[in-house]
Amino acid sequence: MPSNLVNEYFRTENLPHIWCPGCGNGIVTRAIVKAVDNLGLNREDTCVVSGIGCSSRASGYLDFNTIHTTHGRALAFATGIKLAKPDLNVIVITGDGDSSAIGGNHLIHAARRNIDITTIVFNNNTYGMTGGQYSPTTPTGDKGTTAPYGNIDMAFDLCKLAEAAGATYVSRGTIYTTNMLIKLVENGIKNKGFSFVEAMTICPTYYGRKNKKGEAVDMMTYLKDYAINVAAYDKLTDEQREGKFIIGELYKSERPEYTEEYQKIINSFAEEV
Amino acid sequence: MGERFVKLMQGNEACVDAAIAAGMKFYAGYPITPSTEIAELSAEKLPRIGGRFIQMEDEIAGISAIIGASIAGTKSMTATSGPGFSLKQEGIGYAVITETPCVIVNVQRGGPSTGLPTAPAQGDIMQARWGTHGDHSIIALYPWSVREIYDATIRAFNLSEKYRTPVILLMDEVIGHMRERIELPTDEELTIINRKKPSCPPEEYKPYKVNEGDIVPEMAGFGEGYRFHVTGLTHGESGFPSSNGEVAENLIRRLVGKIEDNKDDIVEVHEYLLDDADMAVIAFGSTARSAKSAVDILRTEGYKIGMFRPITIWPLAEKQLEELSIKLKKVIVVEMNVGQYYLEVDRVAGKNTKVEKFGKVNGELITPEEIVSYIKEGNHA
Repeated sequence: MPSNLVNEYFRTENLPHIWCPGCGNGIVTRAIVKAVDNLGLNREDTCVVSGIGCSSRASGYLDFNTIHTTHGRALAFATGIKLAKPDLNVIVITGDGDSSAIGGNHLIHAARRNIDITTIVFNNNTYGMTGGQYSPTTPTGDKGTTAPYGNIDMAFDLCKLAEAAGATYVSRGTIYTTNMLIKLVENGIKNKGFSFVEAMTICPTYYGRKNKKGEAVDMMTYLKDYAINVAAYDKLTDEQREGKFIIGELYKSERPEYTEEYQKIINSFAEEV
Repeated sequence: MGERFVKLMQGNEACVDAAIAAGMKFYAGYPITPSTEIAELSAEKLPRIGGRFIQMEDEIAGISAIIGASIAGTKSMTATSGPGFSLKQEGIGYAVITETPCVIVNVQRGGPSTGLPTAPAQGDIMQARWGTHGDHSIIALYPWSVREIYDATIRAFNLSEKYRTPVILLMDEVIGHMRERIELPTDEELTIINRKKPSCPPEEYKPYKVNEGDIVPEMAGFGEGYRFHVTGLTHGESGFPSSNGEVAENLIRRLVGKIEDNKDDIVEVHEYLLDDADMAVIAFGSTARSAKSAVDILRTEGYKIGMFRPITIWPLAEKQLEELSIKLKKVIVVEMNVGQYYLEVDRVAGKNTKVEKFGKVNGELITPEEIVSYIKEGNHA
C-alpha cells in the first residue's frame, strides 16, 4: 500500500521515478512533502522550482505548481515567480552542483536579498546525472570520474556559505535522521525570508562505488555515525570532531523580507493617489 | 477620444512606456550600456503602477526571472546589449521550448565580446535568429524611429502573447539613445493582446494541448488553480518529460510551424519608392534612416531607386523579398556588419537579381553620402 502522502502529493502517473536503487533522493522528497502536509499548505498556492540534475527531477513527480528550469537557475526563476506572485509559497529543489557551482551566484544573491524562498539542497557530493564527476561538495581526496587521482579542491560548506550570504534560516539534516529533516524543512518554510536546508543524501551508484563506500546501507550508516547534532557537537573535543559534520538548526536571524520591502515602495505610491 | 500626447522622447524611454502600455508588470535585468535607461526607467515607473522591478545578479538571472514571472501570469521584459545578449541565449531557448511569452530587448553595440562599447552596430542579426542551440524559430523586430520603437514594443508583447514565444526587440545604440518628438497613440488606438487562459476546468487541463482552431496551447499561470508542470525537456501535451522520438518530432515541428506558418501575420515591412524602381537599398534600424536619405538624394539625380525595410527581421520576409527580386535589376543590402542579413537576401533574391552588400564595422554610422557614393561608383568606403 502506498502511503497517503504518495496519493495526496505525488503525480503517481509519472512514477516510478528515475532514481537508482539505493538513492536517497526519495527520502528527501518525502520529507519535503511531509513538511508541506504538516504545515497544511495549499497545493494551489505552492510552487516547486527545480534546476537540473538527479534531485531536480523531483518537481515532475510532485503535484503542485512545478517548474523544472535550466541548470543552476532555479533560484533566478523562483525569484521571478515570487515577485510576480508574492503570496505563493515557493520551494526550490536543487543539488550540490546545481546550487553551488553553476548556480552559486544565484544562491548567494537570493540569500542576500532574504527573499521568502525555501531552498532544499539534495547534497550527494557528486554530479550523479552525468555519471559521478566531482562536485563543489566532494571531500578533498575523494574520487570522481573527473578526479581519477583524487579531488584536490576544498569542499564547500554550503551552510556557512548561505549564512554568510545573508540567509535568515540555515539548517542541515540527513536522510538517516528523517524526522529531524522534516522538521528542518517545516521551519525553513515557516521562516519569512530566505531559508536554506542542506539535506545530506547518498549516491551509492556513482560516488559510493567510485570511493568504495559500500552499499546504500553502509552509506546510511556513515551518515548515522558521523552526523552530530549541533548541541552535542559543541561538547566534543577537536579530536572527537575529526571527520564529523554538524546537523540541526545552524543559524536563525530576522531581517526584512524582500517582497515585503518592495511592497512598501508600491504602497507608497498607492497612498499618493 | 483620448487626449493626444506629444513628447520629446528617447528611444529607450519609448520602449519602457510602450511596454507598460502593453501590460508589462515585471522587469528583471542587469546593467549594460547602451540599454541601461530601459532598466532605470522600469525601476522608476513599475512600482508606481503596482508592477515590480529587480536588478538581478547577472544577465542569465535576468532572463530566468522574467520567464518565471511570465509563467506566474505576469507580462515581463528584460533588456541588454551584445555581451548580455550572448548570456541570454540559454533563457531564450527555455522560453522557446516552454512557450513562455516574454520580450528581450537587445540594443546592439559593436562586438564580438566586449567589443566596441558603446558604438552602434548591427552585428547581432544572425545571433537573434540562431543564438540559442537547437532547432527553433524566433520573432525579432527592428524599429527605426522613436515612434516606431513604441509601436514595435507593443507589437513585441502582443506577438509574444499570441504565439507564446520569446520576442526579440532589436535596436541599436543610435535609435536607443536618439531623441525625437513623438505623438503617442491614445488608449483607444492601442490593441493589446493577452495570452489565452484555459477554458477547461483544472482536472482536464493539459498545458501543451493545442485546441482545434488555436495556434498555441492555452496558458494557465502558477497560483491560478491549475497545477501543471513546466520543463525545458522535450514534452508532450501533458507537459511532462518524454524522450519518445515522435513526441520530440511533433513538438519541434509545432514550435517552428507556429511562427513560420503565420508569417503573413507576423512579417511587417516598409517599402519606400519601390513602385517604379529598378534598384533598391535594403536596410533596417538606424542604417535605414541613412538609406532613405540616400534614396532621396539619388532620386533627385534621376536614379530609379527605392528602399525595402524589414521591420520584422525574423521570420524572414521571404515572400516580399522574392517579389522584389523579380522586378529589380539590383538590390544592395546596407548594414552595420560584414554581411549578415545579406546572406538571407542573397539566398532568396539572388536567383532573380544581383545582390550586393555594403557594410561598416568601425562603430560609426553609415552615412547617406557613403551609400550614394557606393551606388554611383561601387565605392567600398
